[in-house]
Amino acid sequence: MTTDNDSLFETLRQWKAAGKSAALATVVSTWGSSPRPEGSHLVVDAEGHFVGSVSGGCIEGAVIDAASQVMASGKPQMLEFGVSDEQAWEVGLACGGRVQVFVEPVE
Amino acid sequence: MKNAIVDRIAVAQRERQPLVLVTRLADGAQCLIDAASTEGELSLSAEQAAEAGSLLITGRSAKLGGADGLFARSYIPAPRLLIVGAVHIAQALSQIAAAAGFEVIVIDPRGAFASPERFPGVRLSDEWPDEALARLGLDAATALVALSHDPKLDDPALELALPSKVFYIGALGSRRTHEKRLERLRAAGLAELVGRIHSPIGLDLGGRSPAEIAVSILAELIQVRYRGERGATGAVAST
Repeated sequence: MTTDNDSLFETLRQWKAAGKSAALATVVSTWGSSPRPEGSHLVVDAEGHFVGSVSGGCIEGAVIDAASQVMASGKPQMLEFGVSDEQAWEVGLACGGRVQVFVEPVE
Repeated sequence: MKNAIVDRIAVAQRERQPLVLVTRLADGAQCLIDAASTEGELSLSAEQAAEAGSLLITGRSAKLGGADGLFARSYIPAPRLLIVGAVHIAQALSQIAAAAGFEVIVIDPRGAFASPERFPGVRLSDEWPDEALARLGLDAATALVALSHDPKLDDPALELALPSKVFYIGALGSRRTHEKRLERLRAAGLAELVGRIHSPIGLDLGGRSPAEIAVSILAELIQVRYRGERGATGAVAST
């Protein structure tokens, strides 16, 4: 059961009502000891404000960067982070897990 | 994700209606499934729709079978905690349970207890518990905690909760108080159900202050929610 993301859509709604750009990131696959389960959400606005989480804090920065590209292009992106991935080491997902995060524009 | 889908999910969450969102990961096309219908630009096979529909009940989120790269995210209602008795322990419990994701409602017809000053930001009901519970409904995502120490308030709430689908029932009180309560509930025809009541309430963490007892109660709620009654350790807290 995932019920801790419930106010995120209210936040998204308020951002959109205020005319802001926004993107939604969702954990769609996990392997090993990733800290947040499938379905976990992070919402990001154009200024980089964010609510929610897709990890214990290690990949949020990279997801927020991708979110700004997604807002600019209007096209979704699939991100993958894991210990076998050089970039994942750089962003610090050192917990031994792997996660796949889908980032989509809200429009 | 379209703005209309954001709105639908936000409204469904406010109204405690379960929903499943299915996303095609290749291009972001989506549809929403509820108990009655499927809507959106993404169309699903009968098998995919059935698989996604089953998540309305389990609340799980996962990729769907088949090679289409579909991810189903379910949104089920937040667990709800109804607290009868706007007492000191309720002040602490309402805050920490909300932080743990529960939708909290404190019920007490005594205005001096259930005041916004004592419960800032908490949803309060000044109805009698039986009226409030009848209005709010007692579903399987709801827990009921009776803390008032007053049989006039606690008993009617327990009488409604015992035959309902609520996932947890707890009542504050000493062993002696609870024995008397059980006698009254048995006399009311609920003898076979009284075993559902957690009393002494809460996991036995040894704490005695209102906030510590609130932690014990919340810990027990979480344990029963995820492990079920059989997985609960059964424990002793204070009065």
